[in-house]
Amino acid sequence: MNKKGLTNYNPGMHYFAILTAIMTFLLLGLGGLVTSHEAGMSVPDWPNTYGYNMFLFPIGKWVGGVFYEHTHRLLASAVGLLTVGLAVWLGRRDPRRWMRWLGVAAVALVVAQGVLGGLRVRWHMDNLGIFHGTTAQLFFILVCALALCTSRWWWQTAGPQWPQAPAGLRRLVLATTVLIFGQLILGATMRHQHAGLAIRDFPLAYGQLWPDTSATAVARYNADRIEVVTANPITAGQIILQMIHRLGALAILLLVAACAGRAWRQLGGRAGLVGGGGGADETRRRLAGVDPGSNRPGHRDRPHQQGRRYRHPACVGGRAGARHRGVVVRDCLPASGNFDEFCA
Amino acid sequence: MGAAQALSAADIIGTVTYKGTPPPEKEITPILNDPTCAATYNGKAPTTHFYVVGPKGEFGDVIVSLQGVTGSTGAAAPAAVLDQKGCLYSPTILVLQTGQKLTVKNSDPVLHNVHLNPTVPENEKANDALINAAQMPNGADLTYSFVKPEKFLKFQCDVHPWMFAWVTIEDSPFYALSGADGKFVIKNVPPGKYTIEAAHRKAGTQTQEVEVKDTDATVNFTFEPK
Repeated sequence: MNKKGLTNYNPGMHYFAILTAIMTFLLLGLGGLVTSHEAGMSVPDWPNTYGYNMFLFPIGKWVGGVFYEHTHRLLASAVGLLTVGLAVWLGRRDPRRWMRWLGVAAVALVVAQGVLGGLRVRWHMDNLGIFHGTTAQLFFILVCALALCTSRWWWQTAGPQWPQAPAGLRRLVLATTVLIFGQLILGATMRHQHAGLAIRDFPLAYGQLWPDTSATAVARYNADRIEVVTANPITAGQIILQMIHRLGALAILLLVAACAGRAWRQLGGRAGLVGGGGGADETRRRLAGVDPGSNRPGHRDRPHQQGRRYRHPACVGGRAGARHRGVVVRDCLPASGNFDEFCA
Repeated sequence: MGAAQALSAADIIGTVTYKGTPPPEKEITPILNDPTCAATYNGKAPTTHFYVVGPKGEFGDVIVSLQGVTGSTGAAAPAAVLDQKGCLYSPTILVLQTGQKLTVKNSDPVLHNVHLNPTVPENEKANDALINAAQMPNGADLTYSFVKPEKFLKFQCDVHPWMFAWVTIEDSPFYALSGADGKFVIKNVPPGKYTIEAAHRKAGTQTQEVEVKDTDATVNFTFEPK
């Protein structure tokens, strides 16, 4: 436990960050509903609403698509205010410089996001909705990070003693994250075509593994589509986009499974993966070469306890920071601090 | 492709037929979620009208027009009218000429936004101030005019996202819209050889060659499922 860090823990700030994250999550959902209900242009003006100051727009006029778009704007305003409040709080109370800058970044992002939404309305540009939807996810991640980094858990456990996961696993998780983000952009692009489902069957696509996208076939698909709310005709490009989205989903499934399997093997099975202080401790112990899930001294502890030289299998280079299977073995150091004693 | 000659004009008449069974229309159920809109329908949602097909295959809402005839304006023609009634556009398929006025009315006791989606930049520029315009209950009519031909320009209301109209702008006065009986008449066509096109938003486009002399010419079109 990092007792010094705990003195900096500010529960009020943490709960405020959680509130901001929850409100952002609701805002994301409401933004999704705006697109699902094809309501993005239902309020033709911005920042006003049908000529009213948006905060004074009569509730009686919140009808149809206006309800989704207008409440989205109001909730976005609330999230903007919360974000500014959080950034000010961080700026005044958080000792970590990088956290203060993250607060500033959150304000910049929420302002940019609001402007993007407004320009999408003012410029009648559907494609701006893709950026608006994507930036929303990035902002949500940032606010969640602020909530995490202000938590008691973070102050307790974060720091130089935090175990470093194997480089291979980190690369795999990073690649998976990048792919998920790409998938998110693809999804946003599909939704902002306002053409509904470009492929209406699953798991096949128009009865085939890969659909016919010839001009004749696309004309046939459009002739058969009877749309109630998404009236744009579909194109071959949209069909291909949706196929890539499907394949991307499959790739993500496999990569997430690979991440989980590798983490299970390398971070100590269930004990190393479950949350809570115990889990983190187990992970640390695992990465340090101690038998996970057990209080029995592992082979790490034995040599120096027994006062003899020992080549630990994880100590390949013979110096602190050496790696074995990608694991940094700095915790290999015995209590004396003499690594050579440990790794002859 | 014809060179119009100002001799004795004649009409082009014909029938459009749909051979086969069109896809079934869908009930516009979201309309019942809005109390004001639902009041018009007594709990029974109206349906889409993409394929207006009679019992003998009479095919309505097909735009029939002569191709390649340019050089005139519809500025002197009476304004075409697009109304919003019962939270639906009426009509859903409309055709007018470049330069002709289009009046959009709101006969509903509820606000709509009239949102155009021109694909021809000149048409967007010509109506820039009204591309997405609010129209309150009993609000003033909105007036549009288009400078270039465009097929199936989408009008929509985002407040009521099931509301669509498809407006086609022709570059000559020689066009017609087939009625519920599938029949159409293009009036006062000068003698000459023309390409005549029949276009349906869903069923596609067909063309034929036609020669107009001093008597009426007949052209029929038959569409089938793709």
